[in-house]
Amino acid sequence: MTDLLALDKVSRAFGGLRVNENISFRLAPGDRVALIGPNGAGKTTLVNVISGGFAPTSGTLHLEGDDITRLNIPARVQRGLVRTFQVTRLFATLTAADNVALAIMQRRGLTRRFFSAATNAPEVRTEWEQLLGTLGIAHLARITVSQLAYGQQRLLELAIGLALNPKVLLLDEPAAGVPHDEAPKILEAIERLPADIAVLMIEHDMDLVFRFAKRVLVLANGRLIFEGTPQAVTADPEVRRAYLGSYADARRPA
Amino acid sequence: MSSLSTLAKTSDRAFPFAAELMGVLSIAALGVLGFLLFPDDLAFLTRLIGITLLVLSLDLVTGYCGIATLGHAALFGVSAYAVGNACIGGIREPILLLGVGIVAGAITGAISGALITRFRGLPQLVLSIAIGQLVAALANKLSSVTGGSDGLSGITPDPVLGLFRFDMFSRTAFAFSLIVLAVVFVLLLRFVRSPFGLLCRGIRDDDLRAQMIGAVVYPRLVIMYAVSGAVAGVGGALNAMTAGVVGLDSVSFERSAEVLVMLVLGGAGNLWGALFGSVVFQIFEHIVSATNPFHWMTLVGLLLIAIVLFAPRGLSQGVVVLWSKVFRRGGRP
Amino acid sequence: MQTILSIGLDGISYGMVLFIISIGLSIMMGLMRVVNLAHGAFAMIGGYLASYAMRDLGAGYALAIVVAVIGTIIISIPLEILLYRRIYRKSDALTQLLLTIGITFVIIGLANFIFGPTLKAIPLPNALSGPLDIGFRMIPTHRVFVIVCGVITALALWLLIDKTEFGIRLRASVDNSDMADSLGIRTEWIYAATFALAVGLGAFGGVVGAELLPIEPFYALRYMVTFLVVVSVGGAGSIAGALAASLLLGLADTTGKYLAPEYGEFFFYLAVIVIAFLFPRGLFGRAH
Repeated sequence: MTDLLALDKVSRAFGGLRVNENISFRLAPGDRVALIGPNGAGKTTLVNVISGGFAPTSGTLHLEGDDITRLNIPARVQRGLVRTFQVTRLFATLTAADNVALAIMQRRGLTRRFFSAATNAPEVRTEWEQLLGTLGIAHLARITVSQLAYGQQRLLELAIGLALNPKVLLLDEPAAGVPHDEAPKILEAIERLPADIAVLMIEHDMDLVFRFAKRVLVLANGRLIFEGTPQAVTADPEVRRAYLGSYADARRPA
Repeated sequence: MSSLSTLAKTSDRAFPFAAELMGVLSIAALGVLGFLLFPDDLAFLTRLIGITLLVLSLDLVTGYCGIATLGHAALFGVSAYAVGNACIGGIREPILLLGVGIVAGAITGAISGALITRFRGLPQLVLSIAIGQLVAALANKLSSVTGGSDGLSGITPDPVLGLFRFDMFSRTAFAFSLIVLAVVFVLLLRFVRSPFGLLCRGIRDDDLRAQMIGAVVYPRLVIMYAVSGAVAGVGGALNAMTAGVVGLDSVSFERSAEVLVMLVLGGAGNLWGALFGSVVFQIFEHIVSATNPFHWMTLVGLLLIAIVLFAPRGLSQGVVVLWSKVFRRGGRP
Repeated sequence: MQTILSIGLDGISYGMVLFIISIGLSIMMGLMRVVNLAHGAFAMIGGYLASYAMRDLGAGYALAIVVAVIGTIIISIPLEILLYRRIYRKSDALTQLLLTIGITFVIIGLANFIFGPTLKAIPLPNALSGPLDIGFRMIPTHRVFVIVCGVITALALWLLIDKTEFGIRLRASVDNSDMADSLGIRTEWIYAATFALAVGLGAFGGVVGAELLPIEPFYALRYMVTFLVVVSVGGAGSIAGALAASLLLGLADTTGKYLAPEYGEFFFYLAVIVIAFLFPRGLFGRAH
């Protein structure tokens, strides 16, 4: 059993609307997989189903062989299934260091302490200093998040993800909205992620997908229509149709 | 923007107990100042300290967890009644009575927190009001326990430590309350900077994010509510012991609304803001309200509107920002 | 049997007063997401204006109602432009609470300054003040009048929101304000009109309900919570919800006060807590 994460026939519907249908795939340690698809294909819903935001209507999810289908968000995070957000969600009034330190302390079970030091506790501090250093944002440690530039917030989002020691990391459009000159930093950081974790990245930017992914999953109309190498994906007729179809739809007046 | 917290942090690195020391010194200074300003009205200052503890308690849930509540007086009042009854029932030792107040407050806090933090937004606010009003209605009804509208009287605790008798000039009451306030304040200063306190602030900022770092939110909020209840319980206990009587006003909606106003005037999410907001508000109330309560209301109303428009983070924060603008022009850290 | 009838009649008429005043708040909260604690203050202003119009200007009851509604709306316009507009939809609950509590305090202070601290009567016309014979017993005409007012208000609102152009725009804005914006619906005008409607209804309810909720400066504080509770229980923005909640809570409160007066508002708030757990979004609330 080498699968870290396994989805089997996962479906999710909202009322009568089937947003994900019969999706099955597997992630192994060290995987670098991209999930792409036209707008409205159900990518974000799928990330929510995997991370625990929505329960699937049917199907199962396994993490390291354990059934996690019914586990809530915190329980999945504690088992090493971690996500980042498309639009950054950070603790806005706390400093960058506090944000990462909270993740570290939560992972280590320190947040039940009522009177000890927090961010500045030595064992916590060495860890967040090192993490922020790796991502090149150590100089921002004492700055409140709401005052950080957007690209810096995305890097911090990654730092929080890493602070949780993930086994599986879901990256929801990590470079979306990042100014052009800062995008390479994000990519660099993603390329330097620990080799043994599995990464599933949702991304629109095909350049990024080609540089990052060894395997690509294509979602269209809620179904997985392709799984294969980045080289094969552009040649696949069904994928081309799905993308062209969506553009044709978009041009039609609503 | 967060000048107060950066201030606290830099001093924190320079000397491990700087913030705590600042806390003790500030409260001692406030005590001396109060004694000089109102030497003949120590009873008022004592009452002020009890309410200040309630404001600090409210800050824990509203300022640090983002729970807007208009029913916080319930925690204060239940403890005050519990202490009053314990004292009448024979437990006269002041420290022990404080313990009774803490336990009663923590239990009430845990129960109301368990109900209130299940909800968000409007239902949460309304539930907090409903619980507060429920307690108020019960206090009115159960007159055998609360004395009803006459109040629960005949509360005569023993001398503090067996040495200091509660005198009619409220000297002992004032000193005892001030010391208790200093101890609680220092403990809270540490508490809000602990990992638990930091997590609560995180939950306030974004509770989904908190879940996404693996935190189970609901029990944390209930625990915080219980701690808040314990602090309110200290205030209620002091109030009952030093006044010798507990009235329906200690559970009233007006009390809940008033402490929320004090907290926000001072600056929610900051213990110093809560402390100064409470002290300044009550002193002004004492002076202005005595001449005409309606002028006082108009004034508070205008002040609230001004706060929302011009200093949304509270007066103390506004003063700090102004201070740094005036004295550190151009020299932003 | 007599008691049940009395409770029923008093409960329903009290509920109708709650409904007339609260429905404006409910629509406002559904559309603009503003927790307006000052709503009761507007009802109180309506009451004061009506009392002033009748006692000092010699106006009749009907004219006094019109004066109260229009006068209150005029008074509220600068508040809407200067203050309320800032907190539509975007502000957090605490900011809204503080601003609207602040407004309430100022209005209370001013009301006392202008009209004094005493109760202000709004004398009923003869046609409404006596008892009404409904065959097997006599009931106070005013109660019937209030109930009729409530029913008419509900029907008129339903027509307004379901059948008119304004209603369509209003519903579009409630469902999706960004979409409405992009479709060219001027949401700020919809907001302003809704605010005026809410304030006007509040003032109307303040006048016709003055027999049950007497007009004095602390009116705004005393019933602040009651109106908010009705909206929350009914579900913000829902006419049917507000009506159901008003009647339910009106009956609960009246029954409690008849049968166990020493418990005060205990049963009212017990009902609120129970309903909050059974219907977390309110009786007729929708998910946002």
